[in-house]
Amino acid sequence: MLNDRDRIFTNLYGEGDWRLAGARARGGWDGTRAILERGRDGIIDEMKASGLRGRGGAGFPTGLKWSFMPKTSDGRPHYLVVNADESEPGTCKDREIMRNDPHLLVEGCLIASFAMGANVAYIYVRGEFIREADRLQAAIDEAYEARLIGKNNVHGYDFDLYVHRGAGAYICGEETALLESLEGKKGLPRLKPPFPANVGLWGCPTTVNNVESIAVAPTILRRGGAWFAGIGRPNNTGTKLFCISGHVNRPCTVEEEMGIPLRELIERHCGGVRGGWDNLLAVIPGGASVPLLPAHQCQELPMDFDTLRDLKSGLGTAAVIVMDKSTDLIKAIARLAYFYKHESCGQCTPCREGTGWMWRVLERMVRGEAEHREIDMLLNVTYQVEGHTICALGDAAAWPIQGLIRHFRHVIEARIDGRVAMLEAAE
Amino acid sequence: MTKLLVDGVEIDVPPEFTLLQACEAAGAEIPRFCFHERLSIAGNCRMCLVELKGSPKPVASCAWSVRDCRPGPNGEPPQIVTRSGVVKKAREGVMEFLLINHPLDCPICDQGGECDLQDQAMAYGIDHNRFAENKRAVEDKYLGPLVKTSMNRCIHCTRCVRFATEVGGVTELGAIGRGEDMEITTYLESAMSSELQGNVIDLCPVGALTSKPYAFQARPWELVKTETIDAMDAVGSNIRVDTRGREVMRILPRLHEEINEEWISDKTRFVWDGLRTQRLDRPYIRGANGRLAAVSWRDAFAAIAARVNASSGTRIGAIGGDLATVEELFALKGLMTALGSPNLDIRQDGAQLDPAAGRASTIFNPGIAGIEAADAVLIIGSNPRHEAPIINARIRKRWRMGDLAVGVIGERVDLTYPYEHLGAGPESLAELASGRGAFAEVLKSAKRPVVIVGQGALAREDGASVLATAAKILSSAERDAGWNGLAVLHTAASRVGGLDIGFVPGAGGMDTGGMIAAAGAGGLDVLFLLGADEIDTDRLGKAFVVYIGSHGDAGAMRADVVLPGSAYTEKNGTLVNTEGRVQRLKRAAFPPGDARDDWAILRALSEALGRRLPFDSFAQLRSQLFAAHPHLAAEDRFVPGDVAEVAALARNAGALGRAAFVNPIRAFYLTNAIARASAVMAECAALAASRLPEAAE
Repeated sequence: MLNDRDRIFTNLYGEGDWRLAGARARGGWDGTRAILERGRDGIIDEMKASGLRGRGGAGFPTGLKWSFMPKTSDGRPHYLVVNADESEPGTCKDREIMRNDPHLLVEGCLIASFAMGANVAYIYVRGEFIREADRLQAAIDEAYEARLIGKNNVHGYDFDLYVHRGAGAYICGEETALLESLEGKKGLPRLKPPFPANVGLWGCPTTVNNVESIAVAPTILRRGGAWFAGIGRPNNTGTKLFCISGHVNRPCTVEEEMGIPLRELIERHCGGVRGGWDNLLAVIPGGASVPLLPAHQCQELPMDFDTLRDLKSGLGTAAVIVMDKSTDLIKAIARLAYFYKHESCGQCTPCREGTGWMWRVLERMVRGEAEHREIDMLLNVTYQVEGHTICALGDAAAWPIQGLIRHFRHVIEARIDGRVAMLEAAE
Repeated sequence: MTKLLVDGVEIDVPPEFTLLQACEAAGAEIPRFCFHERLSIAGNCRMCLVELKGSPKPVASCAWSVRDCRPGPNGEPPQIVTRSGVVKKAREGVMEFLLINHPLDCPICDQGGECDLQDQAMAYGIDHNRFAENKRAVEDKYLGPLVKTSMNRCIHCTRCVRFATEVGGVTELGAIGRGEDMEITTYLESAMSSELQGNVIDLCPVGALTSKPYAFQARPWELVKTETIDAMDAVGSNIRVDTRGREVMRILPRLHEEINEEWISDKTRFVWDGLRTQRLDRPYIRGANGRLAAVSWRDAFAAIAARVNASSGTRIGAIGGDLATVEELFALKGLMTALGSPNLDIRQDGAQLDPAAGRASTIFNPGIAGIEAADAVLIIGSNPRHEAPIINARIRKRWRMGDLAVGVIGERVDLTYPYEHLGAGPESLAELASGRGAFAEVLKSAKRPVVIVGQGALAREDGASVLATAAKILSSAERDAGWNGLAVLHTAASRVGGLDIGFVPGAGGMDTGGMIAAAGAGGLDVLFLLGADEIDTDRLGKAFVVYIGSHGDAGAMRADVVLPGSAYTEKNGTLVNTEGRVQRLKRAAFPPGDARDDWAILRALSEALGRRLPFDSFAQLRSQLFAAHPHLAAEDRFVPGDVAEVAALARNAGALGRAAFVNPIRAFYLTNAIARASAVMAECAALAASRLPEAAE
């Protein structure tokens, strides 16, 4: 259980003033100049010491990522791009930050850009986040007004920050597709290598970070990496925004310590599972793209990157989707499969062709119109997609289905058998 | 150089190689669909996946460079495996995905027999189908009269999109939609406008884009393939003519890195239906009623002999056409000499090119491949996009490499790459030559400039001065040693060859313009037209016109005697391209009816005229040609002209006119008799003409 004094997002629910005055009252923009005076290496070392892992889903250490940027410019400008294209089903944490604590993000952008030698940063906001983008823009305008950012600002580091609105494509949350989209092209992921840290936005060194990763940076640097590292579990440190949705009594987004047991998370903050803990059927612990976990694996489940990875699932964006026993799991996963089929960009073969195939098979399985052997075939198709695509969307489309078959094969088989029995009875 | 282990074989490759290139260097075969050597890397088909030791996932070998491979923990060279189970599974998986929504309609597909998907499915696929759903159906798109679509077959490799954007320079093709609904199309299904669009048919690895005129005509295994040379322009593109029986069924490009790489223009590719229509298949004499009547060869020759014998040498003339081979021009020149006539000309358009000024003044000295080494390009009185689309593609290729300044003096046209328009006529050229303006500085300091002089700048009274001024611009101490930047861009396949053998007026002889004027004024009795259709035949007065050629076009319409010859696909012969490169035509089919080889007609005619030419076979003719002009014996060799000749040329810069340069080609698809006989070309021309008013708006 996280102590109130350790919370970073103290206005997560919009109870206070989101504007500059409110942000300052909560400690934002405090001593920013002193942070910058520690120098690029000082900031990056502190970030490394904090153990912060990227909050966008993959969990790559943020400090390390920042250190990949060239130390000196070869004539090309550096860029920071903030990924606010929050589209993962179940995830609604960046939205709350932009709505209610936008100045933490703006300040984080300045610090992170300074640490990477970037004088310009872009925030790529999901197209559907109309109000959020407005509010973020208002916060940026305030910061310019107060000369916190911009040319000749009070921090002595020229810095421009732009908000770019996407058009609502899930694939544009993939970092290289995001860069393509930002450049005005169709949002198709790029081939890697070269990685963005070397050839990114407009061919220049670029780092793409999640909103939450950037927004927590100022507080970490103010309170010290050791403070952040002291929260949570080894290698899974700090606080994290969890978004709990589905069959709980009070769905919410809440800042908690990494590694909090799932049951505590749900019962303390969400009023428990609908119908009681024993009514739990399965949980998708990290947004739509990670495999689900059956209830028996959720009893003593610490919510962190490594534990969930060992269970062949993942923390992802920490969007916990809770499903009780009334859920038709096949139908739920089929809906996710439809989402990936719909959002596949179509660039590379396995994902373009595979997502549609998987969805269609699953749709038949929902009705029981399949054969037992097709379960293994479907599993095989997911492995044929996984790892063979340009970006991770192929993997994301494959994993939920693998999770379903891994843990609930008997449900699919029962559905098929039930239909066969019904047909036989009808004859 | 970097060491790599490919399937256990150690090889040493440059670090900029991709893994695919490295694997091929090591002898491993890598299947691919989207990858193409001349297009940017897309990496989207995923067929070329290989195992890279140390990488958790198989990697796309077309996109992964050797530089990006990490050595092993103890410094071992990076290890690539192309034959493991992982790779086999990956290929089978990708192949299965490609096939699930592919219609598998090979029996009715024109690509059948030469389909990458078919071949690779055999080699890397699995033999059964697990896909029980409905296949995707995609509406076919209209892309114009040349490219037929069958979009169900599309595997979304985007080769066509990349070709149109990168090589063609027109951003007309693209992919709309997302995921499995992605479709290749043009904007609102408008026809493509590129002169190179036919190449997407070759690039398409499946049968999604096929040739519309060739649709359902033949199967590849029924065709006899003949490797020959194109005559539609002066580029000398290497082509393969596919025939079934006596008919040309299609024309495809052949690889020649220094000329056409592997592209050909649409005129080259789709002109073949013109070889079947408007053919002259027997001799004709114009009767008293003014109509042409079919006669025997003997009567035709007798009629000519009667007129020639009643005339004298100086009152006889000959004009060589744009498609004539060197051999027949040599024979015609021999005949004219025997008749005592100095009146002969290969320059139908009246271009002021004089072979006496040296070969360097008549050819494209930098060479087509040499464009890639250029650091500045000046185009004078030419629209290379229409006059030589292949050369224009080369300039665009060079421009895409970066740091190329292009200037144009002449008409403002869309060349598919940006350029600085320096002016419309000779005044701007004179200003440039005097060193004024920013572009003059660029040219002055360039190490390897190319100055392209088109026929629009040469076929005018001050043409020689324009050429000399161009030579003057090129004279600078800054040039790389041996660099000859004077590039005369011809439009006629026969032109350089004709100039090489001196098919120009002898002492006191008349040139094309002179002959036409003389004929109109009654000063010329007999005029031989060897496939010459581009002159104003209405102005020939009462002259007795003998037309030797393959198609009933302007020349035959005016002729008093028509002698049926053969088209460029139906004869052996020599063509010299605009670079001065000697290439050989090979007979792919036979001319129709009574038509004969042009050289044989001239030989027979010479006998009827009592001035027998001294050869009895094509081989004898050729050996005499080689004896007289030894350089024509050296095949496919590019030798730039002497820089000193260009320097000498620069000294004759005379007065320049005032009229703006006018590009010679107004209708790209209708530049010769064969193209004008082609229904496909007519459709393309009508489409192109309908675009002009739109473009003007």
